[in-house]
Amino acid sequence: MAKRTPLYEKHVELGGKIVDFAGYDLPVQYSNILEEHRTVRNDVGLFDVSHMGELLVTGKDAEEALNYVLTNDIRGMYDGQVRYSLLPDENGGAVDDVLIYRENAEKFIVVVNGANVEKDAAWVESHLKKGVGFENISDKVSQIAVQGPKAKELIAKLVKEEDIPVKYYSFKPCVDIKGICTYLSRTGYTGEFGYEVYCENKDAIALYDILLEAGAEFGVKPCGLGARDSLRLEASMPLYGHELSDEIMVNEVDLDFAIKMNKEDFIGKKALEAHSPEYSRIGAKVTGKGIVREHMDIYCGDEKVGISTSGNMSTTLGYPVCMLRVKKGFEDKVLEADVRGRRVALEVVQMPFYKRAK
Amino acid sequence: MIKYAKSHEWADINGNEATVGISKFAAGEIAGVTMIYLPEVGQEVTAGEKLCELEGSKSVEDIMSPVSGKVIEINEELDSNPELIDDDALAAWICKIEVTAVADELMTEEEYEAFIK
Repeated sequence: MAKRTPLYEKHVELGGKIVDFAGYDLPVQYSNILEEHRTVRNDVGLFDVSHMGELLVTGKDAEEALNYVLTNDIRGMYDGQVRYSLLPDENGGAVDDVLIYRENAEKFIVVVNGANVEKDAAWVESHLKKGVGFENISDKVSQIAVQGPKAKELIAKLVKEEDIPVKYYSFKPCVDIKGICTYLSRTGYTGEFGYEVYCENKDAIALYDILLEAGAEFGVKPCGLGARDSLRLEASMPLYGHELSDEIMVNEVDLDFAIKMNKEDFIGKKALEAHSPEYSRIGAKVTGKGIVREHMDIYCGDEKVGISTSGNMSTTLGYPVCMLRVKKGFEDKVLEADVRGRRVALEVVQMPFYKRAK
Repeated sequence: MIKYAKSHEWADINGNEATVGISKFAAGEIAGVTMIYLPEVGQEVTAGEKLCELEGSKSVEDIMSPVSGKVIEINEELDSNPELIDDDALAAWICKIEVTAVADELMTEEEYEAFIK
């Protein structure tokens, strides 16, 4: 049976349509996915993302030990900084993609995808050198994402100014929200301004209610996994199992900013050095009639040159977009997708598809 | 009178002409219609078989025809504004069909309401 987050009853009460996602009963939508999507682009939405996992890595060698299991370089981060990284395997594929939170020089939190928690915990723990503290705290921690341009005013109502992280990819630990101890992070998976708020499970319902109530004047709405997926697609953010997997080399996914080949040895470095990329991750606008979703074949003339890894209608842009994995050399060619036996024209465009106005 | 199919389409049958759409319940399940591939005028359709496809916010759905016959008119407005189906599924008709036969087991509104409970 699927697990439930501490907010499960809340979702049911709010009319959430529950589906099994990443082994959790979570709401795919409350009302209409397109409306929830627009709520995040225009106002502010709340997402229960408590299925995400958190791994605590501590000790004086924590940084060095973590750096060995990550593709990105976490040396030189400041206390309260967040950094994106891939978690590579020996073959150069991805075990997962993760966020690294540096609370201080001896305390790091690795935030991992819900579907991968057990796998990642076992992987990281077994590859950390001896003497480094490790604890999987996923079952104790809840996470609520507050996403949308009005998230700023919503959080400002509840949190002292000096406790609000300002920079994108920074956070503040032990932030008080009406008596609840939270970690407040300027991060998100929607391409919109927003925060992710971590708390202990016991406080999740109270925190959710506080955010809903404080957000009422800004038009806050509970949002489900459906909108989360369509929002991250517009922002061209990769999703493990789609753009990333253990079968896709991490140097073929357009995330080179998070792969530091110059740093000392790390898992998979040798495999990546030996592998010259054969594929590219690119974005395309669908110019023909059709929605290109994942796992559709991509053609250049009669030659099959790749597959789509994610795709849907872009509610914000008004046309369908998709991310593709295509053979090198075909990124600027005329491409078509096979949509249930019909050829549908694509136009390769820059990612992200949607970029918020600053 | 409006009748419903188990596959969640409605048909408003007047004489030998039926206006066809999808139910409010189906629209709710789809949770946001993003595109419709309208049938073509002149297309022959069979009751219980595919009439056209519709793209929802999560997946593509087959729309089945509640009647047999020939498509005589399509609602082209849905081409540019498929969300009309979300707004009012009963008003947002997909096409009109010249009916030669009606699907067995079409339900009245009451029966359909009980069916989706």
